[in-house]
Amino acid sequence: MKNTEAIEQTEIKVSSPPTGFQVIAREFMKDKLAMFSLISLIIVIGGIYYWASQIDQTQLMRISLRDKLAEPGEKFWLGADKGGRDILGQLIVGARNSLTIAILVTLITGFVGVVIGLICGYFGGLIDNIFMRIIDFFITIPSLMIIIVFVTIIPKYSIVEFILIMSLFLWVGTARLIRSKALSESRRDYISASKTLGTRNIVIIFKEMMPNLSSILIVDMTLNFAGNVGLETGLSFLGFGLPPSTPSLGTLVSYATDPFIMENAWWNWLPAAILILLLMLAINYVGQAIRRSADARQRLG
Amino acid sequence: MWKTIVRRILVMIPQLFVLSLLIFIMAKFMPGDPFTGLITPETDPARVEELRIKAGFYDPWYVQYVNWIGNAFQGDFGRSYTFNVPVSNLIGDRALNTLWLSLLSVFLLYLIAIPLGVLAGRFQDTFLDKSIVFYSFIVFAIPTFVLGLINLFFFGYELGWFPTSGTVDIKYESGTAGFVWSKFYHILLPAITYALLATTGIIMYLRSEIIDSKSMDYVRTAKSKGIPINKVYSRHIFRNSLLPIAAFLGFTITGLLGGSIFIETIFGYPGMGKLFVEAINGRDYSVITALVMLYGFLTLLGSLLSDIIMSIVDPRIRID
Repeated sequence: MKNTEAIEQTEIKVSSPPTGFQVIAREFMKDKLAMFSLISLIIVIGGIYYWASQIDQTQLMRISLRDKLAEPGEKFWLGADKGGRDILGQLIVGARNSLTIAILVTLITGFVGVVIGLICGYFGGLIDNIFMRIIDFFITIPSLMIIIVFVTIIPKYSIVEFILIMSLFLWVGTARLIRSKALSESRRDYISASKTLGTRNIVIIFKEMMPNLSSILIVDMTLNFAGNVGLETGLSFLGFGLPPSTPSLGTLVSYATDPFIMENAWWNWLPAAILILLLMLAINYVGQAIRRSADARQRLG
Repeated sequence: MWKTIVRRILVMIPQLFVLSLLIFIMAKFMPGDPFTGLITPETDPARVEELRIKAGFYDPWYVQYVNWIGNAFQGDFGRSYTFNVPVSNLIGDRALNTLWLSLLSVFLLYLIAIPLGVLAGRFQDTFLDKSIVFYSFIVFAIPTFVLGLINLFFFGYELGWFPTSGTVDIKYESGTAGFVWSKFYHILLPAITYALLATTGIIMYLRSEIIDSKSMDYVRTAKSKGIPINKVYSRHIFRNSLLPIAAFLGFTITGLLGGSIFIETIFGYPGMGKLFVEAINGRDYSVITALVMLYGFLTLLGSLLSDIIMSIVDPRIRID
């Protein structure tokens, strides 16, 4: 009696298809580099947040001309900038700020994009048409320039405004992707069945349709996260990102626009540039691995 | 064919209209007006007021908009405050620089990406293919300004192989061979940076296109006729795979425009992107509005170009 039960149980286990997270976990087990990227990302991001919380920002941003452009050494591990401020401290706090902004922008654009995409894809018709025209418009405008113009003309500019301006132009990609998937999903039988049963639209959209799009959403948001880190640091590099008093990775890199510093004080900008590079590579690599696991044809494991 | 193109152009018109409206509203929010630059200590405030009335500064906004767009169509975007020359002249000079840079970038882009894409597709899953895929992943992940700075630092400053800013050495006279060479030499490093960053799309597309073609019937026929394998690749597969690549041209232009802001700032190259940053920093609003409008127009033109090439290459997507 017990034996047959055990057999039945194993059979059930075998026949159930692996869930989303199991598939992703298997992909990471197969791809050692992706696993390495993911673990080091978690360690680095966690470390940055912990370390940044230990740093006193007013102390950090205090100018001390005696240490002007100090070379890396005992006192400053990564040297000091023109104002004699510790580069390492600015690097950690700057990385924290850049990551926080990128995470917030990713969450906001992800949320807006998913809601609009799902609604357009599910209802179709007039709503879809209106939103698609808006999305088409956002895609064809030079958004980088318009973000820069917005940043310069907005009075009382702060981090909150910066995040909102970035989000305003970046939700379109997610919305378009989710819409196209939701459009094909909404024609499936299980949706029609649920409709026939009289389930409310809002329940169908968010409780029944959305879970089936979650893997695409995770991929999209990971890649967006990388893109947002790049965009924020790029804007700060040009001087149109975070306010100058707040360190960002981009501001640190922008020290290199001074040819003297570029040539003679590499420790001012190169560490930040390399950190951005490594972050982007790791996040993108993790994103690619998740993307492969979301597509059965490309899976390694 | 023509139907598609005409319809595609008609779609562009409302987009341009909304864009111009957006830019006009933004311009209204910017402090100052076209006469701020003309005010000197000797100017009579009453005279400026008179000029403002004459230029329609107090007209209702829609009259102002129509005047502005009408002038813009005739190439008149007002005067630059900081340079004190007509905006169209200012942009004209810079646009030519950006054009040269873009042309060289596109040329280098195809020069690098096509062989790599073909090799990766032909020798699928070999070490060569894996290295190429890895390379294209890396350049995909690098932000423009980081690669630009690192290239400038190593090749410009540390190794001294390339000039670090400007368009031409002052010692050469215009029109001589040395002048042309110096100009080319100055845009080479920014163009290589541009080209490297854009290669990913073309490499990956060409690679998957070639891998797909391998199992096609026409390839099997060619092979069974006894055509040497190199010829099958260079004549049959390559030609079929290359056509869709042409459609990337439009997107490439769009990408180049966005990147030009970073690349030109980093390499100190006086093109339109650098002009934009200078105009923003100098609050030179007539230049800003003109540039945003121009970039918007060029972006639309890029996607139009892509769609047209696509519909020539692939008749299935034509609208009838």
